[in-house]
Amino acid sequence: MPFIVRRLAFYFVAAWVAITLNFFIPRAMPGNPVQSIIAKFPNLTPDAEKALAVMLGGTLAKGSLWSQYVTYLGHVFTFNFGTDIANFPTPVTTLLQQSIPWTLTLVGVATIIAFVLGTGLGILAGWRHGGWLDRSLPGLMFLQAIPYFFLALVLVDVVAVELHWLPAGQGFNGATTTPGWHWAFIGSAIQHAILPAFTIVITSVAGWMLQMRNVMITTIGEDYVVAAQAKGLPSRRVIYTYAARNALLPQLQGFGLALGFVISGALVMEIVFAYPGIGLLLLNAVSSDDFPLMQAIFLVITFAVLIANLIVDLIIVFFDPRVRAREVGR
Amino acid sequence: MRAVANVWRNLPLKAKIGVWLFGFFVLAAIIGPEVAPYDPSYANPDPALLQAHPSAQHLLGTTQTGQDVLSQLLVGIRMTMELALLVGVIATALSVIVGVTSAFLGGVWDEVLSLLSNVFLVIPALPLLILLLGYLPGKGQLSTILVLSFLGWPWGARVIRAQTLMIRNRDFVAAARESGEKSWRIIALDIIPNEISLIAASFVNTVLYAIGASVALAFVGLSDLNTWSLGTILYWAQSQQALQLGAWWWFAPPGLAVALIGTSLVLLNTGIDELGSPRLRASRGAAKIAGHRIWPTDPTPVYAQLTASRSRVGAFLHSFSRGSLLDETPAGGEL
Amino acid sequence: MSPILEIQDLSVAYRTPGGDVRAVEHVDLTLNAGEVVGLCGESGSGKSTLAYGATRLLRPPALVTSGKVLYGGCRVTSGGHPVDLLTMSHRELKSMRWREIAIVFQSAMNALNPVLRVQDQLLDAVQSHLRLPRGEARDKVATLLDLVGIPRGRLRAYPHELSGGMRQRVMIAMALAADPEVVLMDEPTTALDVVVQRDILAQIVELKETLGFAILFITHDLSLLLELADRIAVMYAGRLLETGTAHAIMREPAHPYTRGLLNSFPSLHGPRRELAGIPGSPPDLRDPLPGCPFVPRCAHAIDVCTSVAMSLAPVPGIPGVVSHLTACPIVTPEVSQEGVLS
Repeated sequence: MPFIVRRLAFYFVAAWVAITLNFFIPRAMPGNPVQSIIAKFPNLTPDAEKALAVMLGGTLAKGSLWSQYVTYLGHVFTFNFGTDIANFPTPVTTLLQQSIPWTLTLVGVATIIAFVLGTGLGILAGWRHGGWLDRSLPGLMFLQAIPYFFLALVLVDVVAVELHWLPAGQGFNGATTTPGWHWAFIGSAIQHAILPAFTIVITSVAGWMLQMRNVMITTIGEDYVVAAQAKGLPSRRVIYTYAARNALLPQLQGFGLALGFVISGALVMEIVFAYPGIGLLLLNAVSSDDFPLMQAIFLVITFAVLIANLIVDLIIVFFDPRVRAREVGR
Repeated sequence: MRAVANVWRNLPLKAKIGVWLFGFFVLAAIIGPEVAPYDPSYANPDPALLQAHPSAQHLLGTTQTGQDVLSQLLVGIRMTMELALLVGVIATALSVIVGVTSAFLGGVWDEVLSLLSNVFLVIPALPLLILLLGYLPGKGQLSTILVLSFLGWPWGARVIRAQTLMIRNRDFVAAARESGEKSWRIIALDIIPNEISLIAASFVNTVLYAIGASVALAFVGLSDLNTWSLGTILYWAQSQQALQLGAWWWFAPPGLAVALIGTSLVLLNTGIDELGSPRLRASRGAAKIAGHRIWPTDPTPVYAQLTASRSRVGAFLHSFSRGSLLDETPAGGEL
Repeated sequence: MSPILEIQDLSVAYRTPGGDVRAVEHVDLTLNAGEVVGLCGESGSGKSTLAYGATRLLRPPALVTSGKVLYGGCRVTSGGHPVDLLTMSHRELKSMRWREIAIVFQSAMNALNPVLRVQDQLLDAVQSHLRLPRGEARDKVATLLDLVGIPRGRLRAYPHELSGGMRQRVMIAMALAADPEVVLMDEPTTALDVVVQRDILAQIVELKETLGFAILFITHDLSLLLELADRIAVMYAGRLLETGTAHAIMREPAHPYTRGLLNSFPSLHGPRRELAGIPGSPPDLRDPLPGCPFVPRCAHAIDVCTSVAMSLAPVPGIPGVVSHLTACPIVTPEVSQEGVLS
């Protein structure tokens, strides 16, 4: 079976597990979440209550567990997550639609920059193993152990509050501009994204660099690199086409595995910056026990990570001819 | 004891720093709450002491409501360390069980367990943790430990399974099986002892994960907000706008503590790495030969060329090094 | 016969924290133009270290501790003087590599870049030394595959898509890309099955006749060398124990080790006999014993063997044959008189 098809099947299984967990957790937990919500928000319409029942179960839910499950699946695949509780009557999907683009752009761009930068530095550090770049790594390892949001706290305090170089929070300057495709907004958005993006890059670059460096060191020891040197090839060719090109494959696999972790860290970091992305939405959901929103966010984030992993798999197939060969079962 | 001393001597500097640093925090966790000057929850009503800068009375200043930050920090270190270490033990035990069983049984069981591990690895942990903890009515230490352990085993399980598969196929295990040894004996006596360094590394990584995750969860508000773990301190600092009000003494110490504990664990891991596969990596890297640094991609050095290019001062300095003893050995072999 | 590669008094050691591991000790080896010299020894004897050390391809902590490696190919020498590889700079070495001295590595699967097509890897070898226009370069690459008998359709293949024999042929084709004078072959057929082995060896001989390069053929299989090589050098624990023409070594092996090797495999002719191996194992190169390294395993060792300085001397016996040398004091007693340590 072709590699990509097998990976797709795996992601479907993972998605199904996530969806099913999402179904069972509220029903399995002690306490009655639906009742507590209705108690807190007495002005819910019957429709809203029904939607809640589909998501959370409880005493209002009708039918057997299986029929509830089927209804629930139907709702999930039509992206019908019901109406939000805290922001009644806004549908959950609307809230998500507002926040996702912010998170997607910030985290997506910053992570890619960090990965490319880290990998590039890692190639150099691995090639000159023992050189100055390599020896700076222990210091960078310290950066890696810092939780994203702590560095964010420090940066905001120093750069924004003390020095006033960059804004301290928000996605854009709400006093001077409104969202839309015009330069004033985009400019403001970029200005507000610099610190958060910088935080993500600084904390994750060390990890990518260390990983690539280690893979490079192993790869340089391989016979085909010695053979390339024996052929008298120019150093640049040996480093990039023979060593790095092969080292890139395990590096990409590591990237895929780390994605979930990167995104999680970024979400919490968004809270520090009061950035209007999913992180802030999550904070509000938690503080008001807004279960439908929490569930929807979990599903959305999980799907995003799975899709990103699939993209990484596609890139690996592009770069590694041996993986493509597995199609013929060799 | 001598074995321990030997091990210590061979550790690289990085690992030693890690051990010292981690030991410091373990000590802080043990005696911290006993030496805390105040009750961390005690809110001093004196208006002069609200959100006060560090002073002689309050070494790390006070919070918005007049609570002593240092006391909170000391209690917090113990809570966080306790939680992280417990999760480490439970989750590592789980991952060893799953990993070894999966590799040993093989077949369908292996497929199922591997699939399960991979699924839980790819599903992002934090959102799931938030969901789990969010629904639990009590979000205290015990709940957090359970929830974190529930998601903490897949990584270790995968690694241990891979290693067990390798060992299982080695001759001495096959010999044991041939001679009819019971499976559990083989596991306990042959397999696990060969995986000690791997299990240790897995434990350290799990503790690292537990610290990061518990702090993140608390930061989002998902913990018992009346207790003082490092994460809850940060939560309160964040929600009371400590940042915007410039009260750096409130959020910097707990955050720094988390960062330092994390760093010490990472450094510890390099030490474990070194013990597990010593010097193998060193031989691949650049070497210092006759006082010159030789990169792996340089042509093989020639001794005569190296010594010729060293200046006189360099030669004089080099004669003090241990490497110079090797240089002086006549290449003919007759000593 | 002019020497094209002359290794003089070469010693290579690995510098470890526990001391120097002396992998090659004072080896003299000469390769003449168009000749096939076989270097024979068991694993750990230092034969690969000798080849890679001479071409300076060993990674740290390897160190060349003595000797010269003189290359006399006409493209490089100026004024007729051979150049010493050991004194060359990295840049000079790089331009000389492959063009003058090429290497066929032991495991083709490991020595070929897994993510590059065969065509690209061959082009690399060609273009780093002969700056040909693209069309010509491609033609040259295709011709190279013809030389080793691989269909041109395989140009766009990746290494993992080829069979073991084909991969080895690609390695050979690649070695010939820049038309070298010397080809070092490091156990090129060891990983292949016997039938393929035959084919490839025949191919190598044919190519040598056509293109005229010299071969240093490294192997543990002495029987192979008896057929293939013009001259043979036997190596043990980093030293040469015997050198001579293949004919002389086969008929009149002088050193007990060589005799042991010859007794280890059956011959097609002659009566059936019991095969004898050589008991014991190779010595620890970190702590070399004085005298002959083979003493612990030698059935004929005498006192003088442990105290004599190792050096090759002509084997007495066959008149007129001066090129058969051995380092055994039993066979060449005159040496022991001169070289005895006090």
